[in-house]
Amino acid sequence: MNRDNNIYTVLFACAMVIVVGSILAYLASALSGKIKENERFEKQQNILYAMGVNENEDEGSVNFVPTDVVEQEFTTYITKQLVIEGDKITENDEAYLIDLKKELDKLKNGATPKLPVYVGDKDGETFYIVPMYGKGLWDAIWGFMALDKNMIVQGVYFDHKAETPGLGANIKQRYFMDDFTGESILNGDNYTGIKVIKGNNDPVNNIKDDNEVDALAGATITGNGVSAMISKTVTLYKDYFESIRTQ
Amino acid sequence: MAILSKKDSKLILDPLADNNPITIQVLGICSALAITAELKASIVMALSVVFVMGLGNVVISLLRNVIPSKIRIIVQLVVVAALVIVVDQVLKAYAYTLSKTLAVFVGLIITNCIIMGRFEAFALGNGVKRSFLDGIGNAAGYGLILIIVGFFRELLGSGTLLGYAVLGNPIEKTGLYAIGYENNGFMLLSPMALIVVGLLIWVQRSRNPALIEEN
Repeated sequence: MNRDNNIYTVLFACAMVIVVGSILAYLASALSGKIKENERFEKQQNILYAMGVNENEDEGSVNFVPTDVVEQEFTTYITKQLVIEGDKITENDEAYLIDLKKELDKLKNGATPKLPVYVGDKDGETFYIVPMYGKGLWDAIWGFMALDKNMIVQGVYFDHKAETPGLGANIKQRYFMDDFTGESILNGDNYTGIKVIKGNNDPVNNIKDDNEVDALAGATITGNGVSAMISKTVTLYKDYFESIRTQ
Repeated sequence: MAILSKKDSKLILDPLADNNPITIQVLGICSALAITAELKASIVMALSVVFVMGLGNVVISLLRNVIPSKIRIIVQLVVVAALVIVVDQVLKAYAYTLSKTLAVFVGLIITNCIIMGRFEAFALGNGVKRSFLDGIGNAAGYGLILIIVGFFRELLGSGTLLGYAVLGNPIEKTGLYAIGYENNGFMLLSPMALIVVGLLIWVQRSRNPALIEEN
């Protein structure tokens, strides 16, 4: 058949769409179970990382609990999973599977979001871990923040979808995440969060009572995104935090 | 007896040096600028492009006698996009950590003009074996430049290689930083990648004047 013929061209295009579509659809359905499992393990690893349960060996490494033991470790360290929905707080063993992005989208429609909190226990200390979701320069950023009952940060984990390698992508580097540990989300009695500030003359972040950490060079918008994400989270969870602090 | 004939081995070796897709053909510059701030990202991108371009050239070569010429570019795009999705899904299932590193770059493979360029210029007119070798060769040539650029940008921009601090600690002022060395933050920005690629083109052409265009 003449390859320039319109009928041939249309038939070829249809056949190509069917073949490629079928291959991709088969692949997606065959692998979706495994992919979802990986995503679940990753979330558990991130939550545990924020509360200090990780395999970090030296000052620079970011190593999670191994995948083969993460489920067991998660049930060991996370003692309670809560879902805050308006004034109602319920326990839910699968709260960590809640899609925070979808829940935050509900706010735009005036609906009440379901906000998860993970209560962890390590060496006799209680941690309150909250998920965070925000915007970086190019796409979404997210993370987890572990607090003690005095609202002092005990650890964070940040991640991103598409921030610039070497610049904004460094929010998931140890030297940036570690700066948050010891900072308070409270300034007096006000829930101010923690700001990522350029040139605050405290590059090693020794000052822990200023609600500020040193910014990443060349990543102003990602840094502002982290500040905004923490501020939004603190606003959303304010009532719950206050109930912990005053109990 | 050699595995590859002299003509076939040229398909692999030429793009590594005298017919390099980046420094000679000046293709694939956009992704070379975007992702070379870290050596690890450069290596991952290079390996992914080797896979996509090698297999993509084979698929296009197999279909070359049945593809309608009017929609050949669309067919080429569908092939490269499908291969990229396959790579992404398989990595997500079996090498999840690596797939997270790749996340930003997978999309960039689809827009890589070298891939479309080789489909159009070579795979549509040659047999499967030669197309495969051409794909691998050009992807390796592209990857080589990416790795060289990534090496210098990460070393001079962050003082690290593959994430390991090799020049000392810039905050505690150890190693080279103790004698006053400072990381060059400009190295992490895309304009500097263009300058590094320009320097590579300069070095290559001054070593081999035959590559310099007359006009």
